[in-house]
Amino acid sequence: MSGTFVGMPAFPEASSSAVSDAQLRHNLRKATHTIRAKRAAVVGEQPDWAALREAGAAVKDRTLRHLDVYLERLEAAVVAAGGQVHWAGDAEEANRIVVDLVKATGETEVVKVKSMATQEIDLNAALASAGIRAYETDLAELIVQLGDDWPSHILVPAIHRNRSEIREIFLKHMASWGRPAPADLKDDPRALAEAARLHLRERFLSARVGISGANFAVAETGTLVVLESEGNGRMCLTLPETLISVVGIEKLVPTWADLEVFMQLLPRSSTGERMNPYTSMWTGATEGQTFHLVLLDNGRTSVLSDEVGRQALRCIRCSACLNVCPVYERAGGHSYGSVYPGPIGAILTPQLRGLVGPLEESLPYASTLCGACYEVCPVAINIPEVLLDLRSKVVARGHRGERLAMGAARRVLDSPRWLSLAQRSAGRLRRWTPRRLPGPLSAWSDTRDVPVPPKQSFRDWWAER
Amino acid sequence: MRVALFVTCVNDTLFPGTGKAVVRLLERLGCTVDFPMEQTCCGQMHFNTGYRADALPLARRFVTAFGGHDAVVVPSGSCAAMVREWYPSLGVTPPGGVFELSEFLVDVLGVTDVGAYFPHTVTYHPTCHSLRSLKVGSRPLDLLSAVRGLTLVPLGGAEECCGFGGTFSLKNTAVSAAMCADKVRGVLDTGAEVLCAADNSCLMHIGGALSRQRTGVRVMHLAEILASTEEDPS
Repeated sequence: MSGTFVGMPAFPEASSSAVSDAQLRHNLRKATHTIRAKRAAVVGEQPDWAALREAGAAVKDRTLRHLDVYLERLEAAVVAAGGQVHWAGDAEEANRIVVDLVKATGETEVVKVKSMATQEIDLNAALASAGIRAYETDLAELIVQLGDDWPSHILVPAIHRNRSEIREIFLKHMASWGRPAPADLKDDPRALAEAARLHLRERFLSARVGISGANFAVAETGTLVVLESEGNGRMCLTLPETLISVVGIEKLVPTWADLEVFMQLLPRSSTGERMNPYTSMWTGATEGQTFHLVLLDNGRTSVLSDEVGRQALRCIRCSACLNVCPVYERAGGHSYGSVYPGPIGAILTPQLRGLVGPLEESLPYASTLCGACYEVCPVAINIPEVLLDLRSKVVARGHRGERLAMGAARRVLDSPRWLSLAQRSAGRLRRWTPRRLPGPLSAWSDTRDVPVPPKQSFRDWWAER
Repeated sequence: MRVALFVTCVNDTLFPGTGKAVVRLLERLGCTVDFPMEQTCCGQMHFNTGYRADALPLARRFVTAFGGHDAVVVPSGSCAAMVREWYPSLGVTPPGGVFELSEFLVDVLGVTDVGAYFPHTVTYHPTCHSLRSLKVGSRPLDLLSAVRGLTLVPLGGAEECCGFGGTFSLKNTAVSAAMCADKVRGVLDTGAEVLCAADNSCLMHIGGALSRQRTGVRVMHLAEILASTEEDPS
C-alpha cells in the first residue's frame, strides 16, 4: 500500500491521543450518530433487506470464486467498446501506468473523482513527483487536500472537521490551489459549498485529464459505475478528453441483474438515502475521448487465497461499519493508519499489507468484538470472525511475554484442582487486594476499581452445601 | 427438570453470589441443579485473544463436563455465545442444550414472572454477545418487568458496547475507558440505583468505573435480581 502512513504508531498509541481530543470526539460522535440514524431508518423501511443482503453476499462470493473468468470478460468488453485495459500487480506498477498515461497526453494537471483505490496507492504523491498536479474535486476530499491532511472516513473523508475548521482551511489554502475563497467567508454550509463550487468550476472547465475509481464494473458489458452525491464526479467523468479509472479487481459484478442488488444496498447503507443522487455509468470510450482502465491487485489475490479472510473482498466501501463502530467513534479514522479505517480497515489493512509491523499487528485487536459492524454490513462480512482469525495469526508470530502469561492461565484453568488452589489463595489474601495493579494490569486499575475476590469460591460453596 | 449449571470461571472465582442466585432461582422454579465439578472455563479469553491452541483443551473440557446433560444453563451471554457460536471453528461440536439464563427461563421453562420481589429502580444494559450473537432480544427485559416492586428505566444508548471486550480493556485501555465513560454517563442519566446485566465481565468493567467515581450506583447480575424475594432479598 501507499507510503503515506509509513511509520504510523500502533493503534493503541494513536487512538489514545485521539481519545483525548475533545473537539474530535464531539465531531465524530455527532456525525456518526446522524448517519447511523439515517441508515437505520431507510434500511428499516425496506421489507426484503435481509434477502437483499444475502443476495449481495452471494453475488460477490460467486464473482470472487470465478474472478479470473469475469476479469477477462470485463477486459474483452471494455476493449470492444474502445477502451484500453492495463493490469497492475501493485501500487507502484499502477502509479507508473497512470503517470505514463498522463505524461503521454502532455498535460500537467488532472482532476480527480473521489476514489479509494487511488488513495490506497497514494497516486497523488506519485503524480506530484512526476510534476503533475492532481486536483481533488469531491468536497470532502478537497477539504482534506487543502488542509494537507489525511482522510479519516471512507465515505466522509473530512468527518473529523467541523464547519469552522473548514472555513479556516478554505481561507488559508484555497488561493494556492486556484480561485481563493472570499475574504468574508462565513462558516455556514451554504457559503462553504458555494466557495468550493466556484473554486472547482474553473478546474472542471480547464482540465483535459480526469482520474477516477469505480464502485462497480459490470463484466458482461464492460460498464463502469460511479456513485456520488455532488455531481462533481460526473463533471470529471464527462468533460476531460482522457479518462483513467483505477479499479480494484474485486469491484466486479458479472451482470446488470447483479448490479441491481447493489444499487439498492449501497445508498441505503452509506449515505442513508433510498436512491443515489448521481450515478454515472460508462462503457468504453465516447467519440473523441480516450478511456483507460487500470485493474489493480495490490494484495487482493493474496486476500482471496485466505479461506476466512476473503470475505473482506465483498466490501462495497459503504462505511456502515464505521458509523456504528464504538471504537471508531472514539479513536477516529487516522488511528487506523490506512485509508481504510474502522472495522473494515481493521481486517482489510492487515490482509492487504500483510502483518508486516506493529500497526498491522495491532489492528485485529482494535475491536471489542461487539458485532455491531457485522449486523449492519450490507454484504454480511463477518468482521468479528475475520478479526479472530487474524488474531490467531498475530499470536503465532511471537509475543513471548503474553504467550507465557496465556499459557500459565490456561494451565490453571484447565485443572479444577489448580483453579481451586488459585481461588483459595486469592480469597485468603483478599484484604491485600491492591488498588493499583502491577504491570500491564495497571491499565485496568487506572480507571476502574479492582474487584475484591470473595472469601469462598462458588465451587467451594457448592462442595460444602 | 434436571439442569446442569456452567457457572463460568469469572463467576466461580470473583462473583460466587451470581452462581448461588442461579441455584436459588432454578430450585425455586422446581429444577434440580447439577454442578459438574470438572468444569472450569469455556476458553473465551484465550480464543478471543488469538490463542486457539490454548482454548482447545478448555473447549474439550467443557464438552466432557457437560456432554451428558440435556440442559446447561450459563449466567453469561458471552460464554454461552463462545460455546454455541465459536466452538465449531475450533473443530469442537458444542453440546446440544446450552442456554443463557434468560433463554432458559423464557424458552425452556416458559416463565417470565419468576416470583421475584425487588423494590428498586433498575436500568438494564444488554451486553453485546447476548444481544447480537445469541439474540436474546427482550427476554431479560420481560423477566425484569415482571419483578414485583421493580421500576425499570430505559438506558440511553443501551445497545452500544460498554468497551470491556476482554483483553481489549487492557490492550486498548484509552478507547475502552472512553467507551466506559459514555456508558457510565448513560447509566447516571437514568437515575437508577442499580445497573443490571446478564454478564458479570461487562459489569465488572462498568461497575469498576461506577465505584471508582463514587457514583453510588451498584451493579447486579440479572440472576441476583430474579432470585430476590420478599422473604430473602438480594
